[in-house]
Amino acid sequence: MKTASLTSIALAAGLLAAAPAHAELNVVTTTEDLAALAREVGGDKVKVESLSRGYQDPHFVEAKPSFVIKLHSADLLIAVGRELEIGWLPPLVNQARNAKVQPGGEGYFDASQGVKILEIPTGQLTRAMGDVHPQGNPHYWLDPDNGLRIAKGIQKKLSALSPADAAYFAQREDAFEKRLAEAQKRWDAQMAPYKGTKIVTYHRSWPNFVDRFGLDVIGYVEPRPGIPPSPSHTIDLINDMKAKNVKIIMVEPYFDLKTPNSIARETGAKVLVMAPSVGAEKEITDYISLFDYDVKLLAAALKETTGR
Amino acid sequence: MGLRRPSRTVVLLSFVVIPLFLSHAAGAQEPSPSPSPSATASPEPVASPEPAPAPPVEVPPGAEGAGGPSGPLPVYGGAAASSKVFNPDIAVIGDFLGAIGKNDSPFATPSLELHEAEASLQAIVDPYARADFFLTFGHDEVGVEEGFITFTSLPGSFLLKVGKMRGSFGKVNQMHNHILPWTDRPLLVQNLLGGEDGIDDAGLSLSRLFPNKVVFLEATGEVYRGETGVFHAPRRGDLLYVGRLRAYRDLTESTNLDVGGSVASGHNDLAAQRSEAGLDPSGFTTQLYGFDATLRYRPLRRAIYKRLLARTELVWSRRQQEAGTAAAFGAYVSLDYQFARRWFAGARWDRSDRADDPALVDKAGSLLVTYWPSEFSQIRAQYRHTAYGEGIKANEVLFQLLFSIGAHGAHTF
Repeated sequence: MKTASLTSIALAAGLLAAAPAHAELNVVTTTEDLAALAREVGGDKVKVESLSRGYQDPHFVEAKPSFVIKLHSADLLIAVGRELEIGWLPPLVNQARNAKVQPGGEGYFDASQGVKILEIPTGQLTRAMGDVHPQGNPHYWLDPDNGLRIAKGIQKKLSALSPADAAYFAQREDAFEKRLAEAQKRWDAQMAPYKGTKIVTYHRSWPNFVDRFGLDVIGYVEPRPGIPPSPSHTIDLINDMKAKNVKIIMVEPYFDLKTPNSIARETGAKVLVMAPSVGAEKEITDYISLFDYDVKLLAAALKETTGR
Repeated sequence: MGLRRPSRTVVLLSFVVIPLFLSHAAGAQEPSPSPSPSATASPEPVASPEPAPAPPVEVPPGAEGAGGPSGPLPVYGGAAASSKVFNPDIAVIGDFLGAIGKNDSPFATPSLELHEAEASLQAIVDPYARADFFLTFGHDEVGVEEGFITFTSLPGSFLLKVGKMRGSFGKVNQMHNHILPWTDRPLLVQNLLGGEDGIDDAGLSLSRLFPNKVVFLEATGEVYRGETGVFHAPRRGDLLYVGRLRAYRDLTESTNLDVGGSVASGHNDLAAQRSEAGLDPSGFTTQLYGFDATLRYRPLRRAIYKRLLARTELVWSRRQQEAGTAAAFGAYVSLDYQFARRWFAGARWDRSDRADDPALVDKAGSLLVTYWPSEFSQIRAQYRHTAYGEGIKANEVLFQLLFSIGAHGAHTF
């Protein structure tokens, strides 16, 4: 009997000793962009999973129970914030049975803290304006400068959760910053000839992107955010595009192409299915390749339509 | 339940706008004693076209993520308004129903009615809990449909809810009217669960997650006062018990299967009657057993245009009566298909015995079409043919207009 209990104590001690000193942090993000940035900073000290896919409309993700399981075991939840996920994230967090990822918990990080937010509405808001975001446009990750700010935020958060790895995260962040700076030079060079070019987009997903690369959005396929295209608005848009000689329509991969295509036929514009997120296309595997893809696609189309 | 009902998909306005909403609601609903109500409807500078610049207010940590904003906020209504950041999310949903056609049964609904106005108040209580209140205003009654606190930070994969709530029996019993894919509720709700509210009572609900790699598995145990639907507790100790086991699995990224088994057991109305008459109520109980299965399909790239939800629910009732046990059964099968961004088509087959007289069997079939002007309103028409157990046949077209204002929290899946 005594031997048995001694053996079990020894076994238990052995099991405890076998556990790694620093288990990797379990990070769950709402979007693939945040997952990609968390991987840049976290390296092999983190296990990162995104709830939504890059080809999915991030406003309309379903709050599937399988996501509850992922959040249950998460050490850190990184959200886009600015109410992008308000239709689906709160019930998941409520059911996660994980104190860490509750709002205000040590493992909850709103990536919009400290980034440059555009289109923060002023004055009175009503839903007559459509699906407006009262805290500004949540598609802010589409500016590489914001990408860097998010990465720095994640670095701070990961270092707080795992102080022993702080130097590792700092070094990873630094390496990413350098690579991103190099890439930005490349993108700026590709886009430089087209500064001020007028374009149309489907949804207001691109303000940070067009702001960064100096494009001018003169209208949207949606009459108001979240409201599907209407015939009268489409006719107005066609006339406006003809008058201003607009030749590019940028569309997110989750929207139907029927209306953009018919606008393109009327105006001679080109419809570009752009990637709003990492994972929207197979080759877009990280944050830098997201911009590589979009800039290449856009620059080629701009070259063709402007002749510059 | 799919993401297709307005309230659920709602990308909600933060409570930044709630002060606005409140001032408008006040203006609309309470006639002002002042001779110029329009001037006094909004006592704060909220409604003025150009609000005066005010110092920014910082949202406290903890508000974000649960529907609350973060970072600096514009201040509406002056410096005292900083307290408003703690206001709960407020929303009101109107459920307007119409019916045409012939229905001579006692279950006929009115030609026109504001069936329900549901006001919701939702917020985080403290770092350990959140609270949700759903107050319903019917044609001639007001009630707390649900009002409960949820403890979100318990150890051991537990989630505890305390208050008045819809019991975790099957699927349709847990759903509010405005998220149903129909204008009405299936026959088994009336016949076996005891009316529109079904099991909706004061009590405690403890559920546990069993994390594993294969399937989402959740077990829920609930205890209620026992005064709801078909249940009537004659004595303080005669509680109503509800249990549910739910399993969910993603079959592909677009398709998933959700199955559940439920039980409920408590005293029935005969027990209450006997108790009032001074007789022993023991043994006069009702047991309910339920099974539900839901198959969902929603392609991620076209999530806003296309989805399918197929659901069935079966309920068996065992009601102890003076003459012995009455065994009744009810079931429905429902299909709901979104075929365009704003359009849904649906069908439902329905049958149910009556709990107290299983020889009476009601049957119905429905066809539905739903149109969404936006995420915040929906128009629905339902053709329903019903054959009631007494031999009455009804052919009706039921209409529904649902409209939502404010910030209604997203519903669970």
